[in-house]
Amino acid sequence: MKVLLPSALHSYTGQAWVEADGAMVADVLDDLDQRYPGIRFRMIDEQGRIRRHIRLFFDGEIVKELSHTLRADGELLIVQALSGG
Amino acid sequence: MSAKTGGDGHVVVLVATRKGAWLYHGDAERRAWRVDGPHFLGHIINHLVLDPRDGRTLLAAAKTGHLGPTIFRSVDLGKTWNEAKKPPAFGPALGGMSARSVDHTFWLTPGHADEKDVWYAGTSPQGLFRSEDGGETWSPFSCINDDPQYREWMGSEKDGTPDGPKLHSVIVDPRDPKHLYFAMSSGGVHESLDGGQTFSTLVDGMEVVAGFEPSTLTYHDPHCVRLCPSMPDRLYQQNHCGIYRIDRPSNRWVRIGKNMPKEVGDVGFPMVLHPRDPDTVWVFPMDGTDVWPRTSPGGRPAVYVTRDGGDNWQRCDVGLPNGQAWWTVKRQSMTVDRQESVGLYFGTSSGELWMSRDEGQQWDCLARHLPEIYAVETAEIR
Repeated sequence: MKVLLPSALHSYTGQAWVEADGAMVADVLDDLDQRYPGIRFRMIDEQGRIRRHIRLFFDGEIVKELSHTLRADGELLIVQALSGG
Repeated sequence: MSAKTGGDGHVVVLVATRKGAWLYHGDAERRAWRVDGPHFLGHIINHLVLDPRDGRTLLAAAKTGHLGPTIFRSVDLGKTWNEAKKPPAFGPALGGMSARSVDHTFWLTPGHADEKDVWYAGTSPQGLFRSEDGGETWSPFSCINDDPQYREWMGSEKDGTPDGPKLHSVIVDPRDPKHLYFAMSSGGVHESLDGGQTFSTLVDGMEVVAGFEPSTLTYHDPHCVRLCPSMPDRLYQQNHCGIYRIDRPSNRWVRIGKNMPKEVGDVGFPMVLHPRDPDTVWVFPMDGTDVWPRTSPGGRPAVYVTRDGGDNWQRCDVGLPNGQAWWTVKRQSMTVDRQESVGLYFGTSSGELWMSRDEGQQWDCLARHLPEIYAVETAEIR
């Protein structure tokens, strides 16, 4: 599926949109980390929690659990939370 | 290229800030400085340290406002950088204690000279980590991260500094790689004689805020602890509650800050030691009255030096603003070089980098308009 990444993570990917596979959000993040080593830990902490200023959306709905299931033809949007002035 | 600790290389000043890192390369006289930076513009860099054992490897403790923490590593003095494969991260929750995640790596310490590629890291919230491959991969170190007693002493996130409680001042005895110290804000000072398998507390003589019980380690807030390179049985400490010295094997800290001028007091963050004279140290006092402004007392910044181990202190402010300067100098933001006439350096919360070529007698501003400075280190390159 297509995954949109925030600008803060383009140093890993070189671009905003990338491809990644997985049946759940956790799988997609693992696949991203295989392709772009280190990227997952910048978004997800060591206890498997989405970091405070990262938001995930799938098909326009916010995703709060890494066990959230995904469709292969959908788009996962990973964005930086609006957290500053 | 190699780093040198003898004092005849050229000095490079490593500046870590809230918005990136800079390297200032000095000429032989430390008069002209070549600026290299910004590195990691926009990243919060809490510490930038050169490995004195190889003179090439730089580690930078980094995060951004949105992303989790990591360690960047350079083996060519900052020309190129790579991210650590496994940054410091806590393990799963044990024994019913809450699970923790590293918010940021705060402190980096190269290991003993005989333990090539070993590094230690202190984090926020308080955690101790070790790398054995030059900072590529990190693992929780020692028992303390998951020890119920230590977790109690670490307190909650409200018991630490405003941007999180910290483990800092990781010290390796230059005579023995198994002899370690570290400090926690909050949580006291701790010592290991067995390479980190066990730690014991080292807080006797340290005071806490009035009304609290000094036997409870959560109330102890050492800001910065340093070991004398020329007399490793001596350590100095700048604490939330004063300036201290300890001469081992004594286990009792002596509050040498009581000899500071009363109108200045002995509250501050950094503690800076002379590389060759164990009786000479410098501090940067701050205002710890009423609501704790944490700025220079009276808006008149000054370094204070003792040349006799803390019995007497002299003010060093020639060249510094004589009023309306409301700086804070953080605990990692003041340091020395090892030149024959020792250079002193400090960075301010307002983004100014100051230096003295003569051990504090005269001060010059080396750079202005940087972001808030979090750490200043030096290395000597030849």
